[in-house]
Amino acid sequence: MFSFLMAKEECISQRNKTEHSSILRNRKNIPTSLKTSQAPFTSVSKDKISQTAGHSSEDDNQSSNGSSAQLFTRRHGESPVKVLLLLVVGLSFSTRLYKITEPPHVCWDETHFGKMGSYYINRTFFFDVHPPLGKMLIGLAGYMTGYDGTFPFIKPGDKYEQHNYWGMRGFCAVLGSFLPIFAYLILLELSQSHTAAFISAILLIFDTGCITISQYILLDPILMFFIMAAVLSMVKFNQQRYRPFTASWWFWLVLTGVNLAGAFGVKFVGLFVILLVGLNTIWDLWRLLGDLSLSLVDVAKHFLARVVGLILLPLFLYVTIFAVHFVVLNKSGPGDGFFSSAFQSRLMGNNLYNASMPEYLAYGSTITVKNLRIAGGYLHSHWHLYPEGVGSRQQQVTAYSHKDYNNLWLVHRQDDNNSQSGSPDLVRHGDIIRLEHKETTRNLHSHLHEAPLTKKHFQVTGYGINGTGDTNDLWQLEVCGGRKGDLVKVLRSKVRFLHRATGCVLYSSGKTLPKWGWEQVEVTCSPYLKETPSSQWNIEDHINPKLPNISLSVLKPHFLEILLESHIVMIRGNSGLKPKDNEMNSKPWHWPINYQGLRFSGVNETEYRVYLLGNPVVWWLNLASLGLYLIMVAVASITIQRGFSLGPKRIEQSQVLMRGGGLLLLGWLLHYAPFYTMGRVLYYHHYFPAMLFSSMLTGITVDILLNSADLLLQPPYSDWMQRVGQMVLLLSVLYSFYLFHPLSYGMTGPLAHEPGSTMAGLKWMDSWEF
Amino acid sequence: ISAMLQLPLVVTAQVDLVLVLVSLLALWTRLSRLSYPNAVVFDEVYYGQFVSLYMKRVFFIDDSGPPLGHMILALGAYLGGFDGNFVWNRIGAEYPSSVSVWSLRVLPALCGALCVPLVYLLTLELRFSHLSALGAAVLLLLENSLIVQSRFMLLESVLIFLVLLAFFSYLRFHNAPTSSWFRYVWLLLSGISCAAAVGVKYMGLFSYLLLLGVAFLHTWNLIGDQSLNVCVQCVCRVVCLLVVPVLLYVFWFYLHLSLLNRSGPHDQLMSSAFQASLQGGLSRITQGQPLEVAYGSQVTLRSSASQPIPCWLHSHKANYPVRYENGRGSSHQQQVTCYPFKDVNNWWIIKHPGHDGGHMVDTPPRPVRHGDVIQLVHGMTSRFLNSHDVAAPMSPHAQEVSGYVDFNVSMPAQNLWKVDISNREAESEVWKTILSEVRLVHVNTSAVLKLSGVSLPDWGFRQLEVVAEKLFKAHGSSLGWNVEEHRYGTSQEPKEREAELHSPTHIDVDRKISFWAKFLELQWKMLAVKQEESEHKYSSAPLEWITMETNIAYWLHATTNAQIHLIGNPVSWGVANLSLLAYQLLAAVYMLRRRRGFKDLPDAVWDQFVCLGCVCVGGWVVNFVPFLLMEKTLFLYHYLPALCYLYLLSPALLEHTHTHLLSSSVTHRCALCVCVSAVLLSVFVSYRTFCPLTYGSPELSANQLRGLRWRDTWDILYRRR
Repeated sequence: MFSFLMAKEECISQRNKTEHSSILRNRKNIPTSLKTSQAPFTSVSKDKISQTAGHSSEDDNQSSNGSSAQLFTRRHGESPVKVLLLLVVGLSFSTRLYKITEPPHVCWDETHFGKMGSYYINRTFFFDVHPPLGKMLIGLAGYMTGYDGTFPFIKPGDKYEQHNYWGMRGFCAVLGSFLPIFAYLILLELSQSHTAAFISAILLIFDTGCITISQYILLDPILMFFIMAAVLSMVKFNQQRYRPFTASWWFWLVLTGVNLAGAFGVKFVGLFVILLVGLNTIWDLWRLLGDLSLSLVDVAKHFLARVVGLILLPLFLYVTIFAVHFVVLNKSGPGDGFFSSAFQSRLMGNNLYNASMPEYLAYGSTITVKNLRIAGGYLHSHWHLYPEGVGSRQQQVTAYSHKDYNNLWLVHRQDDNNSQSGSPDLVRHGDIIRLEHKETTRNLHSHLHEAPLTKKHFQVTGYGINGTGDTNDLWQLEVCGGRKGDLVKVLRSKVRFLHRATGCVLYSSGKTLPKWGWEQVEVTCSPYLKETPSSQWNIEDHINPKLPNISLSVLKPHFLEILLESHIVMIRGNSGLKPKDNEMNSKPWHWPINYQGLRFSGVNETEYRVYLLGNPVVWWLNLASLGLYLIMVAVASITIQRGFSLGPKRIEQSQVLMRGGGLLLLGWLLHYAPFYTMGRVLYYHHYFPAMLFSSMLTGITVDILLNSADLLLQPPYSDWMQRVGQMVLLLSVLYSFYLFHPLSYGMTGPLAHEPGSTMAGLKWMDSWEF
Repeated sequence: ISAMLQLPLVVTAQVDLVLVLVSLLALWTRLSRLSYPNAVVFDEVYYGQFVSLYMKRVFFIDDSGPPLGHMILALGAYLGGFDGNFVWNRIGAEYPSSVSVWSLRVLPALCGALCVPLVYLLTLELRFSHLSALGAAVLLLLENSLIVQSRFMLLESVLIFLVLLAFFSYLRFHNAPTSSWFRYVWLLLSGISCAAAVGVKYMGLFSYLLLLGVAFLHTWNLIGDQSLNVCVQCVCRVVCLLVVPVLLYVFWFYLHLSLLNRSGPHDQLMSSAFQASLQGGLSRITQGQPLEVAYGSQVTLRSSASQPIPCWLHSHKANYPVRYENGRGSSHQQQVTCYPFKDVNNWWIIKHPGHDGGHMVDTPPRPVRHGDVIQLVHGMTSRFLNSHDVAAPMSPHAQEVSGYVDFNVSMPAQNLWKVDISNREAESEVWKTILSEVRLVHVNTSAVLKLSGVSLPDWGFRQLEVVAEKLFKAHGSSLGWNVEEHRYGTSQEPKEREAELHSPTHIDVDRKISFWAKFLELQWKMLAVKQEESEHKYSSAPLEWITMETNIAYWLHATTNAQIHLIGNPVSWGVANLSLLAYQLLAAVYMLRRRRGFKDLPDAVWDQFVCLGCVCVGGWVVNFVPFLLMEKTLFLYHYLPALCYLYLLSPALLEHTHTHLLSSSVTHRCALCVCVSAVLLSVFVSYRTFCPLTYGSPELSANQLRGLRWRDTWDILYRRR
């Protein structure tokens, strides 16, 4: 206890030394003033606590006249603290687990994440834009609770029937239940005020949005669990700063690292909490560097400890997650085509698994050609033409990631089209060939027209009928690093196709074509002849009945190559999620004002409807507190900068406001602002991590605001006002929860704008859809 | 008398000859032979069309930036007597002799030339020596890309000039003694140039924010100084740097809107009320229309949505196909669509439901109010606007809207619509022409008439689909409709009515829309109009700019190899990058050492060093990083403002190195001097080398051009002979 107080003093004077000397003058007499103010307050709070043991939140803050008083209540009020925490735990779990199995059908994105959980149980390989940890945990939870992975999760609304889905939902709900608890603990560390902590816990517990998003098989509760756990352990770690390298110091450091890995392993949004922790760590190191009592060796030790705990360890865990992912999923599945030939060869059931085909490319063979850029597609064509105004109106040639008949091409000599007798000739480096698209019998063709997207390149088309075209159909095949006469090894040779007439090279730009190109990837002919993976291809399938099949052991790819490849595929998949037409696109500015929610289940009157929407009272309170917080910080910092002398209580409050509040505001900004720059499709639920920070900030802001009631009123009245404020807040949150709880726990019957609805009169904004 | 006149009468003037010299050189490099080439060069083709529209005072909307830049270009054209009669249709088109090319290009060139003395002065204000100032001026003077960009009718040089001016005048203000009140003139000038910079291009906003940040830090320190009464000073700063720029920014729009008072090609993007305020176009038609919509009114209904294109509620003598391509059935009633062109089939008659006949306006007219139930009759075919529980052709989740045809298939008419005025001020408000935005709510199903924005297939003549959608699903402007053309119907018989519909509207009332409403609408439209972004042959990615991976061909002579390219001076470019790196490295080392208590620099020098970083490195960051986040077609010239900051940084950093890092050793200093001279020499040599591509003359041979292709990725054109 005492050491903690000392620590606090030390840290304050530290700051003053470096930043501003004028405050130091004000602070010199603080220890004495603390001492004098301690005695009466302890006795008061003790009395109060003994009177009203159950209802402790009010008791605490009436006595929170400066930190010292709070610290004492903390010691004396151990049992009410536990009661408060237990209350939070109980409320949190009961609100989240209530009606967990309702509705008994697939809701919203459960169709994706439930399906992916099943893939883990069935060990089939799939592709998703998020890292695997969340889905692995869902799969594990399902496996442990007796789900056998047989439910197909085809579309929202499908009935689960006899399948065991409660385990997966329950797992997510349990993780979601930890959020208010973590918020409580975080605020306790940041503000030393039970009131602030309790306010934010209550806000989160009774927020319908947080309840709804925790109750289904989704990644968000898992993600938010790790985010909050990371912030909590970071804050705990910060408190350990005066006991470096002790066991608890290490424990919280390592725990922070573990949670960071967890957050990033669920969704890439975890990057934002990594940034938050990173900035906090940089600030911390900067402080240590300025502490001249530490030698450089000590500073280096601190630095290295953080590198190990916050960079190397999370990285290792993250890579481990992927290793597990690749080991578990060893059967061919829907995600194969996104990956390179070498990668596919390790999946059971894929046609490249223990492949056997003719070893050298020959004339007359049917082949598929895959681009070598990471996650490049197959050379593809189809019956559709380029639209008017895009080069010449000939047949489209694209790169396509899925396996398809339209990826097949025939290899011909430049002159003849007829099949030869006997064993066919092999294709050699430098040969001039013609590639005919098997389905449409057009030749791969290029000419001096601009490519559709990459205007510096030439357009590639399918041209001719039944393999008869013109001289623009001729391509010189070149094996990279080969010499004249070298044979072309299937799967292993990197080849380039040089256009005879214009001298350009067949190239996959990686850009997605618009709707007319079915959102496949552009293929061009590049006049820049530098060897890059974009202009290199390999022959993947090779069918030639006249040649003997030889079993090919493809070079097994290195684990790190797979890792890199899967990340590039994921990032590309993420940025490829463009808003579709007809779909109402959610904008980031909609979110804090709770403009519009998401339909989780049900549309019309007869169905069981669940609507993801935050409790408007909570959300609008959060929004107002953000503004209030900024005003309060501005006032506080100008007062300090101007050198007005403040009482110890005010100094303490402005410290909490700037330090604790600043951290939370930064967290909110980091989890919210980046969405403005994202081009991908956005949804309302992306705001929830930011909303957690916002609610915690509300806790601090409201608590300090109510505590400052004595600026306006004399002591007894100010305490009353503070209490009344807290009660009003609590009751309005509870009442609004009572009003809006059907959003989470399900509604049936008429919609809100019709008479007789349970939600009648609650459609406060026209944009809400319940 | 002699007592009053004190002799000798003396004028003392100090002239910085170096400054004069660099100014003259700058003017010479930027302004000589300005009218060559006598042809449209690169983006002149884009800005030129707006200049022409200014000359003709025709309204236009350009989403690329606020109007001040265009107005400056137009001013040049106006002074040169340009009448706006030139078709800007392709790069390389020759100007006719009637167009004064020199005057079109002189203002940007002048701004470009003035940048050179400005960086000289700015370096001095950053408290570096005259030698550094000269260095910065020389780097700017001999930068080929800046020269190219200044010499044509383009806006970058204007932007750079204004931004530099803003920083220069702010630092002048900051460095002036506190007692002088004259220094607030500098602050005001700074605010004005900020407003102008933002008014030329939105990019100026980032420099403005940086300047605000610097000013905030200075003010913050001021607040901490308890010996001063800071209230007045703070208010002055807020007025000069916040209030004045905002007002000026609005003022640019005021100028813009008062200059452009005629209707033109972009009218349709604006609301009817806005259009009515322009001369010609809609106002000619709508002039004198009755204001209040009454039963029996003949109206055209325009959708409030400008996406995908503005259009009017329309119907014609064609029915929905019995079955669509995908097998779904329809009501086979008459099509109702939204049509983007004026047409006689856009006319509808507002009819009272109970009233038989009722195609005429009563005397006195009975106005339609908010909440009234009406029927809409199509003028040419006399079908009632109808909706029912049949899936719409392209948006099956919504209801079909049709002109009702009774096929006797137990499908009753459901043609009652409730008028819901969404921008009403009172509950019983009358439906007003142009001003009221109305939702038409279908009485039987409470669905709302909506433009879905999807084009119908060939059977619907590719017109836009109109549906009715349940209110809780639908949002936004696609639900609103307003009456654009309006007259009181006078004929009961269909034949007479047809004749009436074909005749143009008339009568007279004057309608005003306030400047603020116009400003807000225009600004919003400029930010919201999204053009389909596609890659350009010479577009490039921001990261390629640092190493100058790409160039832009601005102009190629019609028959010879003479050509102009936007290529920077590679040596200066390298110097700039090097100094950026060096500053960051140096700053990191200094900061770490200071934190450990080693004060390498006296406080004054440290402050100077930090200020240099804030302005130059900060300026580079705010002018470069935003581009990384943009999804726009970007070009090399977007990098030029950021580059200028680096040219400001390089010599100052050298001076810092010379005085503070190499103070101990004379040999090191000598070596540095030799290096600097060598670099300056090579800057000059490479400037000379690329001059032919900068000025477009002399013409080079194909071999010489090939020699100038220093990077493989540059595209330099040469003719095959």
